[in-house]
Amino acid sequence: MTQPSLTLFEKIWKQHVIASDGEFDLLWVDRHFVHEGSFHAFDKLDSSGRPLAHPELTFGIADHYVPSDLKRLNDDAEVAGMIRLLEDNTTKHQLTYLGLGHSDRGIVHVAAPELGLTLPGLIIVCGDSHTTTHGAFGALAMGIGASEVAHVLATQALWQRRPKTMRIHVEGELAQGVTAKDLALHIIHEIGSGGATGHAVEYTGLAVSAFSMDARMTLCNMTIEAGARVGMIAPDAITFTWLRNTPQAPQGADFARAERHWRELYSDNGAFYDKQVIINANEVAPRITWGTSPEQSVAVNESFSPADNNATHTSLAYMGLKMGDPIIGLKVDQVFIGSCTNSRLSDLRDAAAVLVNGTVKVPTLIVAGSNRVKAQAEAEGLADIFRQAGASWGESGCSMCVAMNGDSVAPGKRCASTSNRNFPGRQGPDARTHLMSPAMAAAAALNGKIVDVRQFAIGANT
Amino acid sequence: MTPVTRVESPALLLLNNNIDTDQIIPARFLRKPRSSGYHHYLLYDACYDMDGKPRPNAPLPEATNREIDSAVEIVLAGHNFGCGSSREGAVYAFVDYGVKVIISTKVADIFSNNAIRNGLLPIMLDQASFDTLVTYCQANPYASLVVDLEACEIRWGDGQCLIFNIDDGNRERLLKGIDDIRATQTWGREINEFAKHYLAERPWVMPADDRLD
Ligand code: SF4
Repeated sequence: MTQPSLTLFEKIWKQHVIASDGEFDLLWVDRHFVHEGSFHAFDKLDSSGRPLAHPELTFGIADHYVPSDLKRLNDDAEVAGMIRLLEDNTTKHQLTYLGLGHSDRGIVHVAAPELGLTLPGLIIVCGDSHTTTHGAFGALAMGIGASEVAHVLATQALWQRRPKTMRIHVEGELAQGVTAKDLALHIIHEIGSGGATGHAVEYTGLAVSAFSMDARMTLCNMTIEAGARVGMIAPDAITFTWLRNTPQAPQGADFARAERHWRELYSDNGAFYDKQVIINANEVAPRITWGTSPEQSVAVNESFSPADNNATHTSLAYMGLKMGDPIIGLKVDQVFIGSCTNSRLSDLRDAAAVLVNGTVKVPTLIVAGSNRVKAQAEAEGLADIFRQAGASWGESGCSMCVAMNGDSVAPGKRCASTSNRNFPGRQGPDARTHLMSPAMAAAAALNGKIVDVRQFAIGANT
Repeated sequence: MTPVTRVESPALLLLNNNIDTDQIIPARFLRKPRSSGYHHYLLYDACYDMDGKPRPNAPLPEATNREIDSAVEIVLAGHNFGCGSSREGAVYAFVDYGVKVIISTKVADIFSNNAIRNGLLPIMLDQASFDTLVTYCQANPYASLVVDLEACEIRWGDGQCLIFNIDDGNRERLLKGIDDIRATQTWGREINEFAKHYLAERPWVMPADDRLD
């Protein structure tokens, strides 16, 4: 009998179904990451009177409330208290905790993959929407809310209705100077910020399989910005090579055994997707958001002409821009390079390649995604390049991506940011955020305004 | 969880598209304990400026002292409502404010899941039906809509009515106020059996956490 053709997503889903009530499936969860914001869920667990079902599959990491300057924790009892609360909860329930000072700590979506906690074929959940990131390894990873976190803590399982499937096929190759971040912004612009709602996305195509793991993580990370809770890429030789050097991945013969299993994780020929989108990689240029939704972006070399409607006007008013304003040359007040989208080593190398021998014109904060990335960036001299250029080099964590740990953008100020959300108030009340790649943000820092990094880089390096 | 069966109230209109959870509750309030209520932070930055003064076009009536006749339990919200961060605080803010139903043309997946687990009913309508409701509410701001989850109907005016769709399972959850954790307890044996086989077949799935310290 021939097996039905299945997508990567369906294969992993099927392997995890414990039970079904016809409409919803009860899924086994392989990894559960918790952070400071999970305190509501711990409260719920405690009030349910149940113990944590599988502490060995649950990992606590401090990231959201970690300021780029740890000294500030002395002055902010509320923020410091949030980190302590996580520490208390993880101690009480006896789960592994990566707290302040731990050399493996970092943003959960940067640190967990580095440690090899993220593996192909796993179901991974976390009370954070950018859990999509882990899909870069061919894991089925999704963000959940506090009630679901409590449910997973109590049962190691989760009731879910199977989402529809969507394939985003990227044909051709990206041009020099165009990054995964630009591709992500391009896709979100094409399909809209709700364009993948209700779907699990799989990325395929030459441009995607040519990506490094860092770039794959950037792409999967932003999937939630198109509305999908799951974004994934089939694991391949690049994935396996990457994982082989991580401490928590299976070792020795176990790895070989696991790899045989992982090699089955791809979408079969003829597998059915509910929706398919084709993106031409040649058409992707460095992109920048101009509005208050990640879908509101423009290619740096394009003129700026969004649809003339209410949404556009509301966004433009918030951003202090007018219809027809050029994006090139737009002055910025500050720059942030970091976040779970763009704070990995390759991102920092990209930024350093632009900043080397230059001086920033506006306050620039650069924050590694994890302490491992931080240590490596310091070891290979990137941190020195940043400091010599006049940028601040912070403690790893979420930092200025989200205004909750003391790092924020002042009202009315304009920030070139490598993070993932330009929502009103995201980086602080009335803050204006322009999303872009690390190289573009670094070029903006040197110029105090938005420039096309491709032209700029040529000028700077010759 | 308080069950939701039938809700009758005027609607609050939040018609911008893409109202994300950072707007619904800015991140800096997420550290607050739930006990004092999250309604204080609902749409805070859209309602108040940096000095805590109400903004002229604040979306919530009390920010601008606009008269409210009765508590608002229904919200009509623009497309792609609740997108962005998974913070359940966004749902708490509406629930603590007294909202029981959110009607939109699209509600984001995570928000929707969070809502259902907190007794907040998310309803997705096609654009035409949604527009009909908006037009009616704009013309009759104090008139009530009736949302009847038992019949899956929205009723208004003199006998107008439309049917909405919702998963049976989620409908049950809301109608009975089911607590998921307790409900899953009845599956405890299945979960343990599954784990035993699953992990025996895939030993590599277990992390070697002794290598982390
Ligand atoms: S870096 Fe930003 S988007 Fe990523 S987990 Fe932290 S707060 Fe969320």
